[in-house]
Amino acid sequence: MDSPKISLKGVRKAFGPKKVLDGIDIDLAAGQSLVVIGGSGSGKSVLLKCILGLLRPDGGSIRIDGEETARLSGNERARVMKKFGMLFQGGALFDSLRVWQNVAFGPIQADGMAPDAAKEVALAKLAAVGLPAEVGELYPSELSGGMQKRVALARAIAREPEIIFFDEPTTGLDPIMADVINDLIVKCVRGLGATAISITHDMGSARKIGDRITMIYDGKLIWQGATADVDSSGNAYVDQFIHGKAEGPIKMQVRRL
Amino acid sequence: MSLAPVALLGRMTLAFLALVGSVTAFAAQAIAQGCRPPYYRQQIVRQMLEIGYYSLPVVGLTAIFTGMVLALQSYTGFARFSAESAIPQVVVVSLTRELGPVLAGLMVAGRVGAAMAAEIGTMRVTEQIDALTTLSTDPFRYLVMPRLLAAMVTLPILVLVADLIGVLGGYLVAVYKLEFNDLTYLKNTLDYLEVEDVLSGVVKAAVFGFLIALMGCYQGYHSRGGAQGVGAATTAAVVSASVLILTFNYFLTEAFFAR
Ligand SMILES: Nc1ncnc2c1ncn2[C@@H]1O[C@H](COP(=O)(O)OP(=O)(O)OP(=O)(O)O)[C@@H](O)[C@H]1O
Ligand SMILES: [Mg+2]
Repeated sequence: MDSPKISLKGVRKAFGPKKVLDGIDIDLAAGQSLVVIGGSGSGKSVLLKCILGLLRPDGGSIRIDGEETARLSGNERARVMKKFGMLFQGGALFDSLRVWQNVAFGPIQADGMAPDAAKEVALAKLAAVGLPAEVGELYPSELSGGMQKRVALARAIAREPEIIFFDEPTTGLDPIMADVINDLIVKCVRGLGATAISITHDMGSARKIGDRITMIYDGKLIWQGATADVDSSGNAYVDQFIHGKAEGPIKMQVRRL
Repeated sequence: MSLAPVALLGRMTLAFLALVGSVTAFAAQAIAQGCRPPYYRQQIVRQMLEIGYYSLPVVGLTAIFTGMVLALQSYTGFARFSAESAIPQVVVVSLTRELGPVLAGLMVAGRVGAAMAAEIGTMRVTEQIDALTTLSTDPFRYLVMPRLLAAMVTLPILVLVADLIGVLGGYLVAVYKLEFNDLTYLKNTLDYLEVEDVLSGVVKAAVFGFLIALMGCYQGYHSRGGAQGVGAATTAAVVSASVLILTFNYFLTEAFFAR
């Protein structure tokens, strides 16, 4: 059997005394799409940043295409980074650059594409997320929150990377646009054969874009399975999450008014 | 007797040494990464404009008033023992050796160091620096090196301009207010000026430029926590750059002239 595209073993990460990730294991085959669900603040974004090397895990092993990457740095890290595209939760658009320059940034800097060709690519990607060419000339601060999210998505897929991470791709979008984005993500994964990890709170979106779903709770993945099985997981935590009930084993740290 | 003050002193010393170590490591990484391609020419040009060209007004204003006040002050002092003729030399030597580089450095630290810390700090807290990394662009090469380079190149030029404008300020006060002969004033200015005076100022300026950009980038790069963190980084960048400028100024002067 081929080695999995992404393989995590016992990944741990703590901030001070707070254990955010406490032994995470994931095996994801090439071309598969995994959706990570879990409560707010449960460490989903931290998990993606550890895999990308933006945060250094305290322990465990992270393999990309069989290559151990948890301890890489410098040029080695940059080489591995070329395989990735990432949609940040907050967009993280470069506010000093125009929208099209943001989207063309990867093709120009990482692949050495000529600016004219990269602009064509950028405008095509912007069109794919429903943004007309005029928007390309604006600056990110001139866009609405949802538009910024879509530009960030266009930037993440502009290089057609082998591995794409989406951190809450549809939050802040209207339901129709959210569905368009879901379709786009499915197309990226099926069409380009990319391997994807997506974070979402939206179960409709999770069902649509995920081959598999996993739930993170208390630093561990408490359930993993095929998307079709999520309704019959038999796991009380998962059931509570997907039905969005306040009553259940997951206690929110809030005091009653 | 309580040992608390000693413990505090010890903690502060350790924190200071840790900071020096971390700034040095940052500088080393910036130089090591920045000397390898790709070079971002557009960024370098943009920073040169930002640091050099747009600082001209504030540096020019500082210089002209400094030159003017130098002439006036040395006149009131020197007239007491009839040494007025030394004024042109006093003005030009103090400007080129000390006041030009130090005052230009401090003004640029306030203007540019703060802006660098704020810009890079905002990029840090909004994850734009992380985004750069995921787009295969080294933030040291793309953000830090262009600023270091641009500051080291443009600050000496700014200081040369400041020297000229400062001498002009001294000249205006001497000729139009203190009634010096204009040609004699210029001749005395040039006769006693040595290459070493100007050169030492220019070398100082390059060092100060490096320090300003280094502190701006370092503080911005390590800022955390949102608007408050960026604000703190900005203050820290200006204060640390100013203190470093004054400290290095002394040791550079000693290296140049004490023998
Ligand atoms: N740089 C950091 N320094 C300290 N603590 C951090 C840092 N980044 C994240 N944390 C902590 O790690 C925990 C998990 O954060 P993370 O951003 O991964 O949550 P999340 O699951 O993505 O939540 P959300 O759904 O709200 O985005 C949080 O409690 C947060 O306080
Ligand atoms: Mg998150």
